Amino acid sequence: MTDPTLPASKPKRASQLGAAFILKKSLLSAFVALVLFSLMIGIRTDAGPTGQLIHWTRFADLAIMVVLVFAGSILTELFRQWWAARHRALVLPESAKRGLFTLGRLVVPALLIFAFLVPVIFYNQRYMLDLGILVLTYVMLGWGLNIVVGLAGLLDLGYVAFYAVGAYSYALLSTTFGLSFWLCLPLAGILAAFWGMLLGFPVLRLRGDYLAIVTLAFGEIIRLVLLNWQHVTGGPNGISGIPRPSLFGIPLTAGPNGLAAHLGIPFSPTHRLVLLFYIILALALLTNWVTLRLRRLPIGRAWEALREDEIACRALGINTTTTKLTAFAIGAMFGGFAGAFFATRQGFISPESFTFQESALVLAIVVLGGMGSQLGVVLSSLALIGGFELFRGFEQFRMLAFGGAMVLLMIWRPRGLIAHREPSLFLGERTKITSDLVKEGR
Amino acid sequence: MDYFAQQLINGLVLGSIYGLIAIGYTMVYGIVGMINFAHGDIFMIGGFIALISFLVLVSLGITAVPIVLLLVVLVAMATTALYGWTVERIAYRPLRHSFRLAPMLSAIGMSFVLSNFSQVAQGARVKPVPPIITGGYTLFEQDGFVVRLSNIQIIVVVTTVVLLAVFSWMVTRTRLGRDMRACEQDQTMAALLGVDVDRTISMTFVIGAALAAVAGMMYLLYYGVVDFYMGFVAGIKAFTAAVLGGIGSLPGAMLGGLAIGLIETLWSAYFSSEYKDVAAFSILIIVLIFMPTGLLGRPEVEKV
Repeated sequence: MTDPTLPASKPKRASQLGAAFILKKSLLSAFVALVLFSLMIGIRTDAGPTGQLIHWTRFADLAIMVVLVFAGSILTELFRQWWAARHRALVLPESAKRGLFTLGRLVVPALLIFAFLVPVIFYNQRYMLDLGILVLTYVMLGWGLNIVVGLAGLLDLGYVAFYAVGAYSYALLSTTFGLSFWLCLPLAGILAAFWGMLLGFPVLRLRGDYLAIVTLAFGEIIRLVLLNWQHVTGGPNGISGIPRPSLFGIPLTAGPNGLAAHLGIPFSPTHRLVLLFYIILALALLTNWVTLRLRRLPIGRAWEALREDEIACRALGINTTTTKLTAFAIGAMFGGFAGAFFATRQGFISPESFTFQESALVLAIVVLGGMGSQLGVVLSSLALIGGFELFRGFEQFRMLAFGGAMVLLMIWRPRGLIAHREPSLFLGERTKITSDLVKEGR
Repeated sequence: MDYFAQQLINGLVLGSIYGLIAIGYTMVYGIVGMINFAHGDIFMIGGFIALISFLVLVSLGITAVPIVLLLVVLVAMATTALYGWTVERIAYRPLRHSFRLAPMLSAIGMSFVLSNFSQVAQGARVKPVPPIITGGYTLFEQDGFVVRLSNIQIIVVVTTVVLLAVFSWMVTRTRLGRDMRACEQDQTMAALLGVDVDRTISMTFVIGAALAAVAGMMYLLYYGVVDFYMGFVAGIKAFTAAVLGGIGSLPGAMLGGLAIGLIETLWSAYFSSEYKDVAAFSILIIVLIFMPTGLLGRPEVEKV
């Protein structure tokens, strides 16, 4: 087996299925784990009371970890063999396939109705409303990034920069000039789009990994400037006291001018949460709607063509410069909207909210959902943000689990959860194309 | 002038460390064609392993500085190399023929795993170590300003030069180096001619990680601190160095590392140290715009 193009189809030798093979493999894993962890886990260092470094041993933890790796290795190997044996026999009957297809068509309307009803169902559960707002913020960011990564195929690792631009635009405009949220929202979007163009110009000629690393550097530059430009951005202290949104000019306060007084109902802080929820829902749906419409316009078709083959695009007379720039600008604009919303929701922003981890999280949402799939973004945001909530109380393990999940999900489904695409042009019947046939963006 | 000379020395030392990390990036990119995002964190792990093994050796009663240093560097290289091997085995090998974004994301995930692993295992606080190698030479003195070359600076530069010599001998003269160059050119053809591609790629990661471990140890000795977050920024800067030198080119990586080290040091010395990272990242962007192939890289020909 020297052909490197066929690594997955290695025929399993008989010995690979035996218990001895599994034991040998697991012992090897346990040994590797022992070496890897002996210093990092077996010995704990810390700065002592006098500032000097002290250390103590934790051999019990080390033993537990090694045993865990050993057991995990056995289970993984057993599962892999069981899966390989079962996977071949898995053929769905035609009726089940049709049933799944109908179910699949019901997912979107069901999710939409559920989203609209969330504030009604969870009116008394502040926590659930907060979580819903958080999930929708990431859905919106994911949809915005999907334009750049999923449609135009430009890998952007610095998307959080536009989120930051939107947030700081609103924060500065409202705290300095007293402009309202609804006036600042389009301004934040325009400013973010402008920054998107600014990033777009220099990176026009770059592709793939180079593009990724430049966008990453751009995101870091924005964060570092926000951190160090003390007299404008407040530096690490951030900006606080950002005004909350109003409903058609009526503030949601307890006073006599507030919305509650106008409607003649008792004031409750939940009203603001409900308003925020519907604002982000509307913004997210706007993003989705614009994306879906753009896909049918020449510019959207040009984006997808660019993702498939840039040289062919140029040969066909598509202006790649404007195509890329519009993708960056429109993607950035939605990032800016989301940023302005984030600022008004939190009431306080600091550069800490705009680290590379955020960019990676949004990109993970897009790619795990299946690049270019709008529904996939929703499902993976629900899964990832919901998964984060499981780690409430174990905050230190959260990013560890997130990183591990990213690796495992990529190995399990490199193409994401929804690995097929709706064609934007079709002859006669609308068939789904698997993304294995679609070339990735370059 | 004296100030400039002193900054030049500091920049060269920092650049040597960046250069050693950059070699890992450039080798992996040359052979597998992916950015090994976790490489910066491998460097961080190397620093931690060096710190812990140093503490263990001291508590075992071994205090002769040369022996301690030798043992620490060996332990750090071996353990970190195993980390590099494991990362490749778990996160990259199953995705070798997958679509292009998959290994990149899995690498980002691995980077989070490594940095948060050391945060959980060793705590989030910065770990200080007392200076192990002290002393140095005064090169010259003028108007009350002293230009000093410390022993640790000499050790860093000498170690880098020695490692580079060994490494380039390995790439140009040994069987493994020949296999690596063959895989870089054409993996399928190399496999047909009897090169074990999987093993060669594994060895690339192992060697890159071992070099990063030395860089991590020298960082520990030079700055006297390690923390779980240092891999990210150092990793991006080292990648910048690799790109600046021309990705895929080994002398380029070293040259780029020195350039980034000098730029960063001189920028902090003459402008503002807050914006030194901005300067390094701006250099990356500017280089990629005007010189996408870097200083010593070959232009990439694109065919339909």
